[in-house]
Amino acid sequence: MIRYIGQRLLQGAFVLWAAYTVSFLILYLLPGDAVSIMASGDEQNAVDPALVEKLRAEYGLDRPLYEQYFIALFKALQLDFGLSVKNGVPATQTVAEVLPETIKLAVAGFALAVLLGSALAVVAAFSRNRWIRQAFSSLPPLGIAVPTFWIGLLLLQFFSFRLRLFPAIGNDGGQSLVLPALTLAIPTSAVIAQLLTRSLRQTLGEPYIEQIRAKGASEALINFGHALRNAAIPTLTMLGILVGNLLAGAVVSETVFSRAGIGRLTVTAVNSRDIPVVQTLVVLAAVIFVITSLIVDLIYPLVDPRINTARGAKV
Amino acid sequence: MTQQLVRGTHSVDPAAGHSAAAPEASVPVPPAADQASVSWAGSPWAGARRFLAKPGLVLSVLVLALVILWALVPQAFTQWPPDTGVPSSRLKPPSAEHWFGTDSLGRDLFSRVVHGSATSLAATAVAVAVGLVAGSALGLLAGSIRGWVDDAIMRVMDVLLAIPSLLLSLALITVLGFGTINIAIAVGIASVANFARIMRAETLRVSTAVYVEAARSSGVRWHSILLRHVLPNAAGPVLALSALEFGMAVLSISSLSFLGFGAPPPSAEWGSLVAGGRDYLVAAWWLVTLPGVVIAAVVLSTNRISHAFQDSERNGR
Repeated sequence: MIRYIGQRLLQGAFVLWAAYTVSFLILYLLPGDAVSIMASGDEQNAVDPALVEKLRAEYGLDRPLYEQYFIALFKALQLDFGLSVKNGVPATQTVAEVLPETIKLAVAGFALAVLLGSALAVVAAFSRNRWIRQAFSSLPPLGIAVPTFWIGLLLLQFFSFRLRLFPAIGNDGGQSLVLPALTLAIPTSAVIAQLLTRSLRQTLGEPYIEQIRAKGASEALINFGHALRNAAIPTLTMLGILVGNLLAGAVVSETVFSRAGIGRLTVTAVNSRDIPVVQTLVVLAAVIFVITSLIVDLIYPLVDPRINTARGAKV
Repeated sequence: MTQQLVRGTHSVDPAAGHSAAAPEASVPVPPAADQASVSWAGSPWAGARRFLAKPGLVLSVLVLALVILWALVPQAFTQWPPDTGVPSSRLKPPSAEHWFGTDSLGRDLFSRVVHGSATSLAATAVAVAVGLVAGSALGLLAGSIRGWVDDAIMRVMDVLLAIPSLLLSLALITVLGFGTINIAIAVGIASVANFARIMRAETLRVSTAVYVEAARSSGVRWHSILLRHVLPNAAGPVLALSALEFGMAVLSISSLSFLGFGAPPPSAEWGSLVAGGRDYLVAAWWLVTLPGVVIAAVVLSTNRISHAFQDSERNGR
């Protein structure tokens, strides 16, 4: 087991290195010269050549490419992603300051999404009524198709302005968390519901379900004790990507509700072309992906004892 | 075998039975037989009847056709100009005269949506084209050369998949700059990995087929094999993915222009129309709601069409 975790950590380290390298290539080497982008702020302003040269020396961008890369990589290993262009604070610190707000939002959103998604799937797959089944299985495609920012604005319009139930903007208290978390949860829950409904229906057609039924198990035990547990596995596989998408959803949700957090930070960083902060955020997304995949791998054997991840996936 | 029989006695609803029973292709079919079964069984009338039997699909095709017509001949659908407003009719709710109401400058919202569809659809088409061409080329390279080229390309694709696509697009926009074309390219690049994976899988599947081996051993050169066998056979799944990515691109592009990275104000793109209505949430609900409905309808339609592609692909094999 320990050896397995070690192996996975090595793989994770590789993904992080690769994510860092890809983002370095995109941000520092692609057409627009990083320094003049940062010096100008936006394209309209004239660029002061002296400032460019000064910045270039400061960031070490006057050296050969491979040298720049190794220096930057070495610094990144010490969690130094450079200074934020906007206020000269280390980029990692800028991100770390607002990270807790987004974690709160993402955890609330994810919990809501899992609840909502599983509830939809359970009704869509287990209900005996054809109409209910059809109504509930037509909801997820709808949830996937609607733009997140639009859901947020509609919720804002209805619950904050019309019913005055929740504050429209800001970060204070649990009240202000409800609508942003719901905005984040709706698209994610639609994906969960779709995956889970499909695998639940498939599982219910399996011979062993018939056998349990023949042995006299109650429908509740069949549905929740056996089918749900077996059907959860394909959904679990998608968890890494779903959690990553929460981060993307936070960009929209935090902008709509004017909440502080890394989503809003991403928008302001792109707006002011703050490359060190953008790179920190990209690498952070990769870190989150790696951690979630590791957790998912460790959860597998708990859900299905036949899968022994430590000895390679055996089913 | 007995298990198979037991399965047959259990009553699941038809949709579930279909998805459970649909066999994945394990043995590639030679192109001639493949084409015969992919084409709608028998006469074109049978195909048309089968198409009309799916009201959801028909509606989806109609929605998409309507929006494409909006983009091509906007003046045929509305007599109101998109950019000049009538100050006396500011923030009017939807009516027979102004179907979608008017905005804060008295401009007809329906006209702005219709005229904006050209920008939105063009940007979406650019995004899908970038993803399709670059992704397919990479997938084809990886699948046909194999070896370390395959490893290198697919590892990079794995990393791209590890980063949420909206964030990847935002990182690209930081470098490319703002504007509709740039966000389209950024969204396209962010979808390259999906296309590369499908294309590689298809290339591997086709190139181990007996008829390809036969062609190879009878001295057909590799580029003719790619053009004649691999590409036509991979077209189905790649097309289904393109339809799906089209919907995703509409969402990403409208999100990015909602966030303010699209074209500057006077131009109307669906996402920026919704963004423009943000300041009037209380006074004018229609400004945010109705353009959003259009976006959702288009995405829903393309997803449905992509689903139909996948179905016909699965039944065809």
